Amino acid sequence: MSEKKTNRRDFLFTATYAVGAVGVGATIWPMIDQMNPDASVKALASTEVDISAVNPGKTITVLWRGKPVFIRRRTQDEIVEARSVKLEELKHPESDEDRAKNPEWLVMLGVCTHLGCVPLDQKGDYNGWFCPCHGSHYDTSGRIRKGPAPTNMEIPKYEFVNTNTIKIG
Amino acid sequence: MSDHQYTPESKFGKWFNDRLPLLTLANHLTDYPTPKNLNYWWTFGGILTFCLITQIVTGLVLAMHYIAHADMAFDSVEHIMRDVNYGWLIRYIHANGASMFFLAVYIHIFRSLFYGSYKAPREIIWIIGIIIYLLMMAAAFMGYVLPWGQMSFWGATVITNLFSAIPLVGEGIVTWLWGGYSVDNPTLTRFFTLHYLIPFLILGLVVLHIWALHVPGNNNPVGIDIKKPSKDTVPFHPYIVIKDGFALLMFMIVFAFFVFYTPNILGHADNYIEADPLVTPAHIVPEWYLLPFYAILRSVPDKLLGVVAMLSAIFILAALPWLDTSKIRSAVFRPLYRQFYWILVADVLILGYVGAMPAEGLYLLIARVATAYYFLHFLVILPVLGYKEKTLPIPLSITEPVLGGSPNLATAKNKESFKIK
Amino acid sequence: MKNLLRIFFLLILFTGIQLNSNAAEKVEYLKTDWSFKGLFGKFDRAALQRGYQVYTEVCSSCHSMKYLSYRNLAEKGGPEFTEDQAKAIAASFEVKDGPNADGDMFTRPGKLSDKFVMPYENVKAAQAANGGAYPPDMSVLVKARGGGVDYIYSLLQGYEDPPEGVTLDDGVYYNKYMYGNKIKMSNQLSDGLVEYSDGTNATVEQMSKDVTTFLMWAAEPHLEARHQMGFKAIIYLIILTILVYFSMKRIWSRIKTEV
Repeated sequence: MSEKKTNRRDFLFTATYAVGAVGVGATIWPMIDQMNPDASVKALASTEVDISAVNPGKTITVLWRGKPVFIRRRTQDEIVEARSVKLEELKHPESDEDRAKNPEWLVMLGVCTHLGCVPLDQKGDYNGWFCPCHGSHYDTSGRIRKGPAPTNMEIPKYEFVNTNTIKIG
Repeated sequence: MSDHQYTPESKFGKWFNDRLPLLTLANHLTDYPTPKNLNYWWTFGGILTFCLITQIVTGLVLAMHYIAHADMAFDSVEHIMRDVNYGWLIRYIHANGASMFFLAVYIHIFRSLFYGSYKAPREIIWIIGIIIYLLMMAAAFMGYVLPWGQMSFWGATVITNLFSAIPLVGEGIVTWLWGGYSVDNPTLTRFFTLHYLIPFLILGLVVLHIWALHVPGNNNPVGIDIKKPSKDTVPFHPYIVIKDGFALLMFMIVFAFFVFYTPNILGHADNYIEADPLVTPAHIVPEWYLLPFYAILRSVPDKLLGVVAMLSAIFILAALPWLDTSKIRSAVFRPLYRQFYWILVADVLILGYVGAMPAEGLYLLIARVATAYYFLHFLVILPVLGYKEKTLPIPLSITEPVLGGSPNLATAKNKESFKIK
Repeated sequence: MKNLLRIFFLLILFTGIQLNSNAAEKVEYLKTDWSFKGLFGKFDRAALQRGYQVYTEVCSSCHSMKYLSYRNLAEKGGPEFTEDQAKAIAASFEVKDGPNADGDMFTRPGKLSDKFVMPYENVKAAQAANGGAYPPDMSVLVKARGGGVDYIYSLLQGYEDPPEGVTLDDGVYYNKYMYGNKIKMSNQLSDGLVEYSDGTNATVEQMSKDVTTFLMWAAEPHLEARHQMGFKAIIYLIILTILVYFSMKRIWSRIKTEV
């Protein structure tokens, strides 16, 4: 009898603690989630860019989610150079065909994958981009060739809405 | 602090405790001997701690999204309400939390008045409490300005203008407070800074408040000194912790009802209109918890004297331990004081009511009578009562009435059980 | 326990007084049953969609709603237009954007992330176009008026000929629910003014109710989430309170005394 009583008490206390803990957890979550991107930030997640005025060999930089996106209309030489590289030579093997579906247009996040600086256009040993912060060299497809950056510059999700407009995001 | 010597069991615990006696402190807090006859009016200390922490946490979170600028403050509040994840919840908790905080603090203060908790040797606890209360009013007032609605703006204008009543330097002080020639952006940013600072001052004072409490220990419904630890006391943990927890949960149910079902009822509709320096709202009313003092302010026809009366109404409380000359603490044994106590409660409620009404005609008359009585209570009735009142016999210990039944107030009111044998 | 009940009673009394003091506004407003009132109150989607139609076709020529975005129209708990419908609505508005590469401002069709287009550039322009009276922004209008939805609902139907002895200036109208009875907005609604796509008969009463519902949602877009979360939170608190109560009884039974 007395043993049974102890068990019931233990159960009561355990249940109280458990239910209390659930409540504490449920209360903490809103305080954490409020720091995540809010509804207005999420709504701006896609942006449309008019590319009709970009000539071959020129790059425009647009802001998307607070970061620069490079949109480069590549010359024939650059495309050939990018597509002729053997994958074995690359630190982060990706074919140019995968990175630029439409070979004339390279759309990528202009953020060095090392520590987040913005690389300079038409600089470096591979005729692509060069990051001045710590000396990473990218080729005409935005792939890392030399320097501390671990991966190629990222390709965001984008699509051609029509021949003159790209929608990023 | 030290009721008995405490030594941690583990070696590391001992090593640590010798260098920083945190464990001794924790042990003191859990073992703290508490009178076992504390009733539910005593749970509001714990509830107030909860309120303070809730306000600080939600306030920090809101400050991550709020923009203290006259052009953007109102927009940023709407941004919080619409777009920030759970922003509406956090803001409504913070806004209603202020009201709940004051509700609890008023119960806490009036509990102290009833049971004479402010009397020797607890004067310092009481005075720190009054300072906390003053800071709470300052924090609440400045917080109300931040959304930059019509009531924010005009409330700030009216309250800061109180300082212009000071002779000679008044105008200068007001200009200095504003940082300009009217309430404007500089005023808003400094109010935001101070609104952020004050809760931490309160937190520090709360530590002192509790420290000062732990020196003599809690008062209790019978109001007599008790030996501690003794059969009259129980350790704070788990007895008082669970009881405070239970009361806190009841309080939270009411709190939740406000937050989720009538979140704007305690506010004023005009504060959802963006501040406009060209148009004053038809009725300027402070938040409900400031209404009694607002009524006192308006009941005096002279500007300077009105301000003086309002401030005196608060500061007079600090002198209470010396104004009340009775040696008996608890109103349970003071039949006359008990009646005056309830008249005072009614008086303050009336002041609150007329504070919300236009200051004219009958309302103004009532406000004047109630203001006069308020001061009469503290300045005349209390000092005289201490000498004249015939008090009831008090028991020798709180366990004694147990012989006649329960130690609770309900039975304590029954005079028969308190006859000294 | 007795004391506890007393405290609880006080709290309820306090709530009651608060509710009453706010309800003690002078005029009796017209009453209607609002679907969003009460513990489980939700918005009537169809009413919200109709209300939006009334807002766009009638109110929006003078009243802005600067805190709303077109994306809100498709969000949960609101009118819940489909995303495509909301996009089409947004695209039907010309939004000013810029500056472009040449430094010029330009207009483009609206996007979901755009705020509702405002009828006037700024408050001054709104005043100039309306005889000095600024048509208030309606984003939080319901919360900015003491009578809330009942007030707005009544006001829209409260136009009358002025009683004897009341003279009105040019551009001022008589409304029995308006504070001071003089309003600078003329009667906007008349039966059949809009043609509801769902076939509802557009009486003045119906349009008033729909647009007021829409305004309530605009002012309190998370109302449904709030009601749902509130119910769960309070049920949870009650359960925990009961558990703590029995735990407390158990603990205090170790010493002989009443809690």
